[in-house]
Amino acid sequence: MAEGAAVVGTGAPVRKPVRRGRWVPYALLAPGLLWLVVFFVVPMITLGSQSLQEGNIDEGYVFTGNVSIYADAVQRYWPHLLRSVGYAGTATVLALLLGYPLAYFMAQKAGRWKNILLILVIAPFFTSFLIRTLAWRNILSDDGPVVAFAQSIGFTSLLQAIGLTSNDTLLASKFAVICGLTYNFLPFMILPLYASLERLDPRLVEAAGDLYASPREAFRRVTWPLSLPGVVAGTLLTFIPAAGDFINSRLLGNTETVMIGQVIDSQFLRVLDYPLAAALSFILLTMIVVLVTFYVRKAGTEELV
Amino acid sequence: MATQTTGDLKLSGLTKEFDTFTAVHPMDLVIPQGSFFALLGPSGCGKTTTLRMVAGLEQPTAGRIHIGDTEITDTKAHQRNVNTVFQSYALFPHMSVLENVEFGLRRRGDKNAVAKAKEALELVQLGEVARKKPAQLSGGMQQRVALARAVVNRPDVLLLDEPLGALDLKLRRQMQIELKRIQQEVGLTFIHVTHDQEEAMTMADTIAVMNAGRIEQLGDPATLYERPASTFVANFLGQSNLLKATVTGPAQNGEVPVTAYDTALTVAADHVPDGVKEVWLGVRPEKLRMGEHGGPNRLHGTVTDVSFTGVATQYLVRMPWGRELTVVQQNDGSNRARPGEDVTVSWAAEHGFALDASQAADAGVEEEG
Repeated sequence: MAEGAAVVGTGAPVRKPVRRGRWVPYALLAPGLLWLVVFFVVPMITLGSQSLQEGNIDEGYVFTGNVSIYADAVQRYWPHLLRSVGYAGTATVLALLLGYPLAYFMAQKAGRWKNILLILVIAPFFTSFLIRTLAWRNILSDDGPVVAFAQSIGFTSLLQAIGLTSNDTLLASKFAVICGLTYNFLPFMILPLYASLERLDPRLVEAAGDLYASPREAFRRVTWPLSLPGVVAGTLLTFIPAAGDFINSRLLGNTETVMIGQVIDSQFLRVLDYPLAAALSFILLTMIVVLVTFYVRKAGTEELV
Repeated sequence: MATQTTGDLKLSGLTKEFDTFTAVHPMDLVIPQGSFFALLGPSGCGKTTTLRMVAGLEQPTAGRIHIGDTEITDTKAHQRNVNTVFQSYALFPHMSVLENVEFGLRRRGDKNAVAKAKEALELVQLGEVARKKPAQLSGGMQQRVALARAVVNRPDVLLLDEPLGALDLKLRRQMQIELKRIQQEVGLTFIHVTHDQEEAMTMADTIAVMNAGRIEQLGDPATLYERPASTFVANFLGQSNLLKATVTGPAQNGEVPVTAYDTALTVAADHVPDGVKEVWLGVRPEKLRMGEHGGPNRLHGTVTDVSFTGVATQYLVRMPWGRELTVVQQNDGSNRARPGEDVTVSWAAEHGFALDASQAADAGVEEEG
């Protein structure tokens, strides 16, 4: 036997493992990295530098390192910043409440209807964001059937009482802005939730039931914790763009519902105060990064998306 | 333990119909408390459906389930004092091993959950991995965690759904012994669903062989093996040589004379069903002897194949009418026959069994794949 083994050993000389393409990973990284450098890093630096310049659009800007602009910006626009976080947070919670049952149904119960439902969730993306938001103006218009119905069941009075609207209609109110945000970002909530609930093994829920957990307990102990990665991803994908949104508040809100995105938009394009707009952009960015870091720590998951 | 009848599991007329077929035909069964019971059958025979009905995971179409005097037919799964070891283990991946085992105790508000869970982990010899996550354990260890998670609740009935199916052969043998030990230690009623006849025979006190939604035969392993009641059982539990034979007269000295292919043979009288004339005469391969020392029943044939399996040698012996008999001989040092050799095969009357010839001779053959 030993001889046989020796023959086999010499018969097939050990081939050196070929060091094939150590550069391959870098080559694969390159296009993405280049893209990020050109369209993210460079603009960020430009924006940062812009915020520390002084001057005006006609005479040009000079870098002066004027850090105090940040303090000024916060002092002038803190209500808008807070409002943005508040609206985006509310819209995120609403999207979670609406999206979770839907995603759960799609992932666990829909069977062959699964794909059709998925397409229906994505379908709104076939029309532009702007058009969809404009459509809400029609839906919520003062003499439309939705308002009439809401008035007849006393819903408008309720909204007015809790301060979400200022009169007996729906449009141009906090309510309309939050609805718009919720609607527009709902798919970003549903898709990650769907992905994580789809992976949930229904036998685990069965096992929980077998081990004396009522359906409620089984949800709390098994389904919910196992869907947390989807919840975290979905809330981030909803909250972050919603906090910087400037379309919904402009089209569906009033002067009391101006969000920070709308302020930045008008400072850049109408007032032409580039340094202030740049500084506000950075403040928003920092705020979101801090909030998200805190949230992810709290949620205790590293499995994002 | 079996004398105490309060905790027996009783199925009465239990039936499950799905849209297009009947998975379980009306079934009546009593499983004594504290017994190790096996439901054995090929896949699709209804054994898992039966188990799931007992667990409360499947609603029966008709029939009743009792544990002792308490009816549990309409009790929800989480309110039944019944636990399951799932085929896939279904361990909660986000909890530690200990938390998995504590789960059932905590749901019932047990104050000593941690201590009991640790004790259960000791029982399956996994005390040292309590803090690990299930994914960090091997398949065999996960299987034991699943067992501990169910046993710790001391259910009235513990259900095992092919619990060893995912393990390799060696580990499976080890776990079979382990399971049996644990069952004897805790004294719970175990109902074990399996398609592996050897597994069922090794572990169970009583086996119900199921086929196409019905129980074919119920009995202890030895009875099922020595005196199968149908060709399905004869073939599904081990191998059988079946010869077409005719009963030729009444029993004499406890033996019934039969004729197979013009050869006069005898079968023990209590191995022959009453009032049947045309029979399948069955003999297990290891009951046949090469030569004439096996008994008065003799057949002559030619060896066509010899395979050496270590402990034993398996021969195929072709009979004059063309069929081959399988003969298994212990490797006790006697001479081995060679292919082409003419031999005599013999056996004793009490080693044969007769089955009603109206059944297909190949029922249950190779069904376990």
